[in-house]
Amino acid sequence: MNLIVSSIGQGLLWALLGLGLYLTFRILNFADMTVEGTFPLGAAVAVTAISRGVDPYIATFLALLAGMTAGLVTGLLYTKGKIPVLLAGILTMTGIYSVNLRIMGKSNISLLGKKTIFSNTFLESLPQYFDSIVVGIIVIAIITILLIFFLNTDYGQGFIATGDNPTMARSIGIHTDSMVIVGLMVSNGLVAVCGSLIAQSNGYADINMGIGTIVIALASIIIGEVVFGELSLNQRLVAITLGSIIYRLILLAVLQLGFSTNDLNLISSIVLAICMMIPQLENMFHLKKTFVKGGRAND
Amino acid sequence: MTKPILELNDIHTNVTTADGQSIEILKGLNLKINSGDFITVIGTNGAGKSTLFNTIAGTLKPNSGSISHLGNDITKLSEEKRSKFIARVFQDPKLGTAPRMTVVENMLLATKRGEHRFLIPRKLKQNLPYFEELAKSMNNGLENRLTTFVSNLSGGQRQALSFLMATLKRPDILLLDEHTAALDPHTSQNLLAATDERIQKDNLTALMITHHMEDALKYGNRLLVLKSGQVVADYKEEEKKKLHLEDLYNFFED
Repeated sequence: MNLIVSSIGQGLLWALLGLGLYLTFRILNFADMTVEGTFPLGAAVAVTAISRGVDPYIATFLALLAGMTAGLVTGLLYTKGKIPVLLAGILTMTGIYSVNLRIMGKSNISLLGKKTIFSNTFLESLPQYFDSIVVGIIVIAIITILLIFFLNTDYGQGFIATGDNPTMARSIGIHTDSMVIVGLMVSNGLVAVCGSLIAQSNGYADINMGIGTIVIALASIIIGEVVFGELSLNQRLVAITLGSIIYRLILLAVLQLGFSTNDLNLISSIVLAICMMIPQLENMFHLKKTFVKGGRAND
Repeated sequence: MTKPILELNDIHTNVTTADGQSIEILKGLNLKINSGDFITVIGTNGAGKSTLFNTIAGTLKPNSGSISHLGNDITKLSEEKRSKFIARVFQDPKLGTAPRMTVVENMLLATKRGEHRFLIPRKLKQNLPYFEELAKSMNNGLENRLTTFVSNLSGGQRQALSFLMATLKRPDILLLDEHTAALDPHTSQNLLAATDERIQKDNLTALMITHHMEDALKYGNRLLVLKSGQVVADYKEEEKKKLHLEDLYNFFED
């Protein structure tokens, strides 16, 4: 039971990663590799700040700013530097690795004995693992509501149109370059906050904790789509969180089967690959169509 | 004397081909467009019709020459900023609309053409009756599909939506880039008729590229012939009315 509670808590905290990546992967329509760097960047910034006595909330906010800066760099490389977006993301991600080492000064920092956002009398009074669930629900609810609000504004609609059809967007006066930059900044900001929360929950930051984050984020998004089928945009944002929880439960089940935690990245990739192949498998075996990629049925 | 709504002076524009070569397409093109002109544009493939539209819209920047709008130099103005007074319907129905957004969401985007977009809630519900009325004016059932994703529309409906989006906020200049070429003959004639009606009713200034000589004669009050990146003939009002199909076909010989 404890393991299931822990998985749900982890799923909630990690869902922020999926929400962040959704803005670029599904709305702007490209895979942003920067997140592999911004996730540990958020952790590095927050943990280093906390270990030097900074208030954990301010430290988390600093992580947000750091992530947004990384997104800005990728955005400028892509829109102004005309570097293909995949490569722009890889360049930033690679550079951030060194930045993270500079920030932390070593490859691992512990938060033992330091105050984090989980150090709160109410959270500490809860049964084990419930602190992640409470913090996760609060953070996810706030971010989901803000994203729904954002996407339903005039500006947000222009943001969606930019990913959907940039030619048309420019022809009606939408500054697609600024939209892409803003999207990357918000997305990476959220991913960095996610990194800082995971680090505070685990009690340490590690230089290698970013490996595989894009796969985890995609898994949350795509499991949500596979399980819940065709949804409105607002519902799809909620489905990401549920997808993230399901993904954690799948990992738990696999670990229970006797696999080691060293196998987790391989398992993550296999789970994601299977989910992404479902439309193909359905065609191959003439199964009922349950999966519509981002609502693009006839495109 | 009022200033022309758009004036192109000695425009030279290059286009980069797929293999990376830069070729000059517009070679010293001059054109004055006055308010209320409805110009049909004909010319062989490669004559520079689409490049002319891309240069006017700001998608391509000319190497030399100048463009002015009501006397103001707009040569260096970006495509996004020009959209304040220039609207465009593309040849490909897929280019003019956002497929994963609904019909009304697309229309709402177009109500803000050329304006700043702010973080204020969109006004979809308030605009529904207006959008429905606009959709009805296209006579192709678009009004029954207002909340459908655009990717599920027929080519004709999608192009009718593009046309509505380009005209629902009155542009100073409307560019129609063979906007009926991808449609079947019946749908194409319907959309052309609706286009003509709208241009007359709102007294719009428009340029329309077409490969159908009959349409080039039938519509508009002015006809331009483009050849090798220059305007080789410009017929206005009465001159245009006297033209025959043979006169136009002669331009395509040799």
